[in-house]
Amino acid sequence: MPDADHRIYLLAGVALFAIGFYSLLVQTHLLRRVMALNVMGSGVFLVYIALGAQTPGPIPDPVPQAMVLTGIVVSVCATGLALALADRVQAATGRVELGDHEDAADLPDASPAPSEHHKGTPSA
Amino acid sequence: MTAAWAIALLILSPLAAAALVFAFPRCGRWLALGTVAVVGGASVQLTWKVLTDGVQIHRVGGWGPPLGIDLRADGLSVLMLLITALIGLAVSLYAQRYFAAHESERPLPVNPDVAASRLSAAILDKDSVRRSAETPLRFKSPTRELVRGDRNPALHRERYFWPLFLFLWTALNALFLSADIFNLYVTLELLGFAAVTLVALAGKRAALTAALRYLFVSLTASLFYLLGVGLVYGQCATVDLASLAAKAQPGPALWVALALMTGGLIAKAALFPLHFWLPPAHANAPAPVSALLSALVVKGSFYILLRLWIEAFPALMTPPVAQLFGLLGAAAILWGSVNALVQSRLKLLIAYSTVAQLGYLFLLFPLAATPEGGFTAWSGGLIFLGAHACAKTAMFLTAGNILHAAGHDRIQDLDGMTHVLPVSVFAFGLAGMSLIGLPPSSGFAGKWLLLNAALAQGQWWWVAVMLLGSLLAAAYVARVLAHAFTRVEEPRKPHPIAPVMEWTALALALLAVGLGFASHGLAELLRVGAPVAGAMLLGGAAP
Amino acid sequence: MMRRISVGILSLALLAALSWAVLSLPAQPKGLTEASLARLPESGVSNPVTAVLLNYRGYDTLLEVGVLLLAIVGVWSLRRGEWPAADRRDRPLLLSLLRVVLPVLVLAAGYLLWIGAFAPGGAFQGGALLGGALVLVMLGGLARRLVNRAGLLRAGLGLGVLVFATVCAITLRLTGGLLQYPPGTGGTWIMVIESAALISIGLTLGLLYLGGRPEEDT
Repeated sequence: MPDADHRIYLLAGVALFAIGFYSLLVQTHLLRRVMALNVMGSGVFLVYIALGAQTPGPIPDPVPQAMVLTGIVVSVCATGLALALADRVQAATGRVELGDHEDAADLPDASPAPSEHHKGTPSA
Repeated sequence: MTAAWAIALLILSPLAAAALVFAFPRCGRWLALGTVAVVGGASVQLTWKVLTDGVQIHRVGGWGPPLGIDLRADGLSVLMLLITALIGLAVSLYAQRYFAAHESERPLPVNPDVAASRLSAAILDKDSVRRSAETPLRFKSPTRELVRGDRNPALHRERYFWPLFLFLWTALNALFLSADIFNLYVTLELLGFAAVTLVALAGKRAALTAALRYLFVSLTASLFYLLGVGLVYGQCATVDLASLAAKAQPGPALWVALALMTGGLIAKAALFPLHFWLPPAHANAPAPVSALLSALVVKGSFYILLRLWIEAFPALMTPPVAQLFGLLGAAAILWGSVNALVQSRLKLLIAYSTVAQLGYLFLLFPLAATPEGGFTAWSGGLIFLGAHACAKTAMFLTAGNILHAAGHDRIQDLDGMTHVLPVSVFAFGLAGMSLIGLPPSSGFAGKWLLLNAALAQGQWWWVAVMLLGSLLAAAYVARVLAHAFTRVEEPRKPHPIAPVMEWTALALALLAVGLGFASHGLAELLRVGAPVAGAMLLGGAAP
Repeated sequence: MMRRISVGILSLALLAALSWAVLSLPAQPKGLTEASLARLPESGVSNPVTAVLLNYRGYDTLLEVGVLLLAIVGVWSLRRGEWPAADRRDRPLLLSLLRVVLPVLVLAAGYLLWIGAFAPGGAFQGGALLGGALVLVMLGGLARRLVNRAGLLRAGLGLGVLVFATVCAITLRLTGGLLQYPPGTGGTWIMVIESAALISIGLTLGLLYLGGRPEEDT
């Protein structure tokens, strides 16, 4: 049964997605979070590929394959941007994590007021 | 100009301009202004076509669904495009001076305080010292970075603002025209990357942290959306919005798919309780960026939610789902308003106000889902969206002016601001009037229609929430104005500010009020291709 | 600990819902295989994936090339003029390896671009190879002068978007439809777009690896 085989890939894809999601919320190190996002992304791509392979006929469905190619390119870009930003955050704060979600709302207040931070430089 | 050219120019001109500005950084301002002209013309042209000839569909590549992608312009799309063009025009005029003002007033070789603190940080960071001892020529030392690149941060910001702004604009135009849920994913990513990078452009520690948090939320949300699209494709073998309505059979796959997509989109739209990233990101971004984010970016995700639930999957829009959206919206209104009231910084107050005002948009789901008063709620919610976009842009631009002139945005120290920046304070007051929903502003027109729809359907509980929200909005706007109008004996000497920065804010505030008089015309426009029917309920008094 | 447990329960619930959903999908979905194969002759290429990428759904790819450029603009906007990987250590082994590998990589990238019209391959695959070649070159310290020519890099990075947009404008003028190629010319236009995209993709990937921006005077 070919479809029984494909379901394994579908299930593996969603399992990767859930594992990535778990690490994203549990890990605090920025690099691990970026990796967790990549694991989630791989899960999604596996689901797409499995969907394309399931169609009847000798040639798999090209549309999900092309979509995955688009998704991979976007994911590479996202990773590059996230790493550069994480590096910049580390340079500015000296930390490799963002702090808890709970203090997100009062983050700007915790940092010094603009006038103290950059003397006389209104950086809105 | 045919509709095809108008549609193509709306997407191609900002995209090509972004690439050109990146290749030739010195032409940023002029290319941006040229794009404003082209995109503005194309938006008006397309609106005219939609008003005269009805919904415009452009089959990209001539293929048509399910194989190809459709671009579709109906009343809702062109309204969003027009709002985007207006805000884009205002922001690009404002940004000309905003970034240039920083440049002229702060030649700033190296800020000694920052340099000293960075130096001491570098000394304390043993790892970096050890690393630089091992490989002395590697460019990793923070001081080295500081000396080379921080020479003119203002110019750096200006150089990168224009291409990023043009990318943001491309993404928004593409999003509002797309009729394909996978293509919408690509536009969402383009939008998210541009928005995050623009926040980080402020360069401060708080802005960088907020930007990274925003990026994580945005990427996670995109992956949820993308997995949802995959499930929809597996079930229906198409990703075309219009074809989905016919093919969608409620079942486990579609329910889960829609839940994934909705979860992702409400995180991007910062609907309560997934709003936590919005206040720090919007408050710490440069002022023109805050305006773009609050006025347009969050609404992109809301727009996709509308298309999904009301057009593509009306079969799944059951009353409990609709009420759940309304409930989250109501919670956002109350939570955002109360938080806005207790903020000590102006930009944070405005950002929390965005959380609250987004809540009103989600009341559209329970109110537009029923035929009775459906169109009234539809046009009310979308007029409200336009009103909020204009008012919030005006407010953030005003906050940028205050920050620039006074050097801070602490609300309790705003006393006497009306002497210093009379035009800006007036703009803030007018925008506040629209946020509160006082007649004859467009905020009033939108709320009035939503109230009428709620009353006609007997859903009085939303009426109570809307009135309470207006009361709270009045309180937080009044709090700012009360300080601004307080007399002070000796007004402090402010930094001089370019007149155009004040007048753009005022123009948008006037628009936020004035659109109220055009609400009949806007409703006519929204009628073109609207997915909901029903008469316009005006409750006896025309807004 | 409480956080781990609650997140664990949330993730398991997500997994259960997702598994339920994928298992309920039709066992043999129709997909779009037939439709894409039926219209393949009109597309100008014979590889169905390339046909989807650059013809049926070419508009996605236009925006995607935009995403690539945006990523590099974003990374450069974050960095304050430093090239972290502009390493000046000597790597004699790498250099002698490069002498062999570099021509092969460039050749293979060009081959992948060309074969994409008929078989698996294309601008993205070729671009990935080119990006890898660029990373090796930079590690070998050979491209120091190239990666500091900011103007050249900017033009090369923007090339993909600019050529794609120009092709869109020209074909719109010719046929009146966005990305609608005149009959019989699809293959040529696709090759033009892909060649420009190849250069931009290769540069983008290589420069994303560096993660900084050139030491230019802004």
